[in-house]
Amino acid sequence: MRYLLCSAGLLLGHPALAEAPQLTVLTYDSFVAEWGPGPAIKAAFEAQCACDLRFVTGGDGAALLARLQMEGANTDADVVLGLDSNLIVAARDTGLFAPHGVTAPLALPVNWDDQVFLPFDWGWFAFVARAGTPAPSSFRALADSDLKVILQDPRASTPGLGLVLWVKAAYGDAAPALWADLADNIVTVTPGWSQSYGLFLAGEADAVLSYATSPAYHLIAEGDPGFVAWRFDEGHGLQVEVAAMLARTDQPELARQFMAFILSPAFQGVIPTTNWMFPVVAMPDGLPDGFMTMATPDTLFLSPQVAAALRDAAVDEWRTALSQ
Amino acid sequence: MTAPALRWPGAIAAALVAAMVLGPVLALRPGGGALTAADWAAARFTLSQAALSALACGLLGVPLARALARRQFPGRSTLIRLLGAPFLLPVIVAVHGLLALFGRAGWLNQGLAAAGLPVVPIYGLHGVVIAHVFLNLALVTRILLQGWAAIPVERFRLAATLGASIGPLLERPMLRERLPGALLLVFLICLTSFAVALTLGGGPRATTVELAVYQSLRFDFQPAQAARLALLQLGLCALAALAVWRVTLPAGFGGGLDRSLPTWAAPGRRAADAGIIVAATLFLLAPLALILLHGLAGAGDIPHAALGAAMRSLAVALAATALAVAAALALALRGGALADLAASLPLAASALVLGTGLFALIAPFASPAALALPLTALVNATMALPFAFRLLAPAVAATEAAHGPLATTLGLTGWARLRILTLPRIRPALGLAAGLTAALSMGDLGIITLFAGADAATLPLLMQGLMGAYRTTAASGVGLLLVGLTFGLFWVLDRWGARDAAT
Repeated sequence: MRYLLCSAGLLLGHPALAEAPQLTVLTYDSFVAEWGPGPAIKAAFEAQCACDLRFVTGGDGAALLARLQMEGANTDADVVLGLDSNLIVAARDTGLFAPHGVTAPLALPVNWDDQVFLPFDWGWFAFVARAGTPAPSSFRALADSDLKVILQDPRASTPGLGLVLWVKAAYGDAAPALWADLADNIVTVTPGWSQSYGLFLAGEADAVLSYATSPAYHLIAEGDPGFVAWRFDEGHGLQVEVAAMLARTDQPELARQFMAFILSPAFQGVIPTTNWMFPVVAMPDGLPDGFMTMATPDTLFLSPQVAAALRDAAVDEWRTALSQ
Repeated sequence: MTAPALRWPGAIAAALVAAMVLGPVLALRPGGGALTAADWAAARFTLSQAALSALACGLLGVPLARALARRQFPGRSTLIRLLGAPFLLPVIVAVHGLLALFGRAGWLNQGLAAAGLPVVPIYGLHGVVIAHVFLNLALVTRILLQGWAAIPVERFRLAATLGASIGPLLERPMLRERLPGALLLVFLICLTSFAVALTLGGGPRATTVELAVYQSLRFDFQPAQAARLALLQLGLCALAALAVWRVTLPAGFGGGLDRSLPTWAAPGRRAADAGIIVAATLFLLAPLALILLHGLAGAGDIPHAALGAAMRSLAVALAATALAVAAALALALRGGALADLAASLPLAASALVLGTGLFALIAPFASPAALALPLTALVNATMALPFAFRLLAPAVAATEAAHGPLATTLGLTGWARLRILTLPRIRPALGLAAGLTAALSMGDLGIITLFAGADAATLPLLMQGLMGAYRTTAASGVGLLLVGLTFGLFWVLDRWGARDAAT
């Protein structure tokens, strides 16, 4: 009863709070965790929008799109944050999204002029190993070595799909042969990134498919310099994470304001040491020390259209080669 | 057989379970193209690994349960409860514990390497079977142990007096009654295995149907395809459940005076029994010890969010327990093929399909996120129902067989019969069923991810979040907290039931 009275008092005392418009952002779980970018971004945006920013989570990046399709027109999300670039074609086909209208320049290693899907962070895929492990300089060298790696399944995880497309981009028609040679280097395949990384840390493999910035987490957050990312001469696949506003949002102005806010220093500045990915705009003060320990690689990027066209065949090649 | 007992609640429960399992599948509108070669390969692998896992659990579970049934030693009931731990572990935690023992960097291979012997890889079909035996052996053992305890001691005495062999006379009829159901449980659990099969199987060779379900729901969003695969799984389940029902025979030992089994009932073979018990203890508890070891290292890193998450997990588990035990009891009182089938269906239902279908059903009317915890409790109760039923049904049937005719003669029917006769006599099974349901619900991760917002995270979800953000040590700490709470809850409920029983 006392609680009710207090709540009532709070509401009556602050009518503005009760009437503030609400912007609902659908994103993945780890984005809003207390150690993720969510809390700082919420505080910074609410300081400028006179609104209430509400995060709704729905599993990982791939699950977000499934959830929006399930909710269809009934969704209360105004913005979705965290789709993988390889899902853009499928996302566009749903017709659920509207142009964002943001024109500020991006600092991505590839050209990006999509009017609907706006990148908010990106990273190179890479194999991550303990320092001191012999480091192969290419997929071919890895396949010829005795090194053991753990991967994620391209049928269930976005980095897993990213790797298959990375190999396809690097080897084209020779991809099946490369996978066949890699088969004896692969300890196992897990459904998601976190299981893979956990097994790697437990010593089950020499390296794990992850991101070029993974060693930065261990160095900056844990003070442990004992991890490296392998730089491959073929170039590295790219993950670009994008946001988009829903066409049926009941807060189009706020949603557009949030899309523009994504490229602001207040948003981009927290990305490197909370999401452990690269910001999509140039940072005035540069990146944190030790953020990128691997020498800058070449970028192998399949445009969303090409990725969508190649995907099923590339995954089939992967499955066939590893099922022998 | 059970006419004077309550039957109508069982009919209602069966209808509710069928609606709960089939409704969400149909909500996804099954359809789509023909099954591909890859789908058939996945179906073959799914069936063969599930059959092998069930077989291995039977081969190991029977001798283990027999050894435990006929030996008395200090700490026996504690050991029996501890052996159940792997079944109660969240799968993700269990896999890590198992790999700490059998993995490439595990104790076994380090020992072999130190002795100059070649490394034994765990990844492959044998790894999948080992993992499934690790997870499910205790379930089979507990069910059979209850079977041994249900043979009245008077029958053992009679057999001993007559110099008759108790194997064919007492044990085989009991196994005929209990073993098929127990193995069916394991088979069906393994039928929907996904992360364990893929990870221990070492790659896409070990693709199960459930992976295809996951892919079509979460990645490709082709719910019709997922629903079609879910129907395939349900069909396999129904066939297996009916087959088991056909080979199961009631043992019909009659009543006894509830005396405990004296060790003279099983002379000789003391060393063999001890060997079996020690080997099983090592296999089931060494990974657990390694989990505790790793968890303690992360105990200091447990985030504040863990407190709220623990409370939510407990609330969900207790609600799911109340629902599942009530439904299982209603079905057990009814008995028969219908109850058996209804109670087995949820096992073959993919939790993911169930959750997604419910989401699709609810989304037009209410925000599923706002109902995250009640929905999770409901789905968890459905998924745990088969286990609760499998424990309660034999106890109810045995009570009816032994005391039903007298109770009927005395005019003891309906609710009074339930309260005065049935409930007190099935108390050990009731406690075990409640403990099991609560523990399974505590560790569940399948459903909550679909609904929950960040402010409704349960412990497994929090643990997954930490693992997904590099915080592996903190995740181990939360894992330890989860294991501790899960096991504590199980212990309290199981103890309540087994106040002074031998199992």
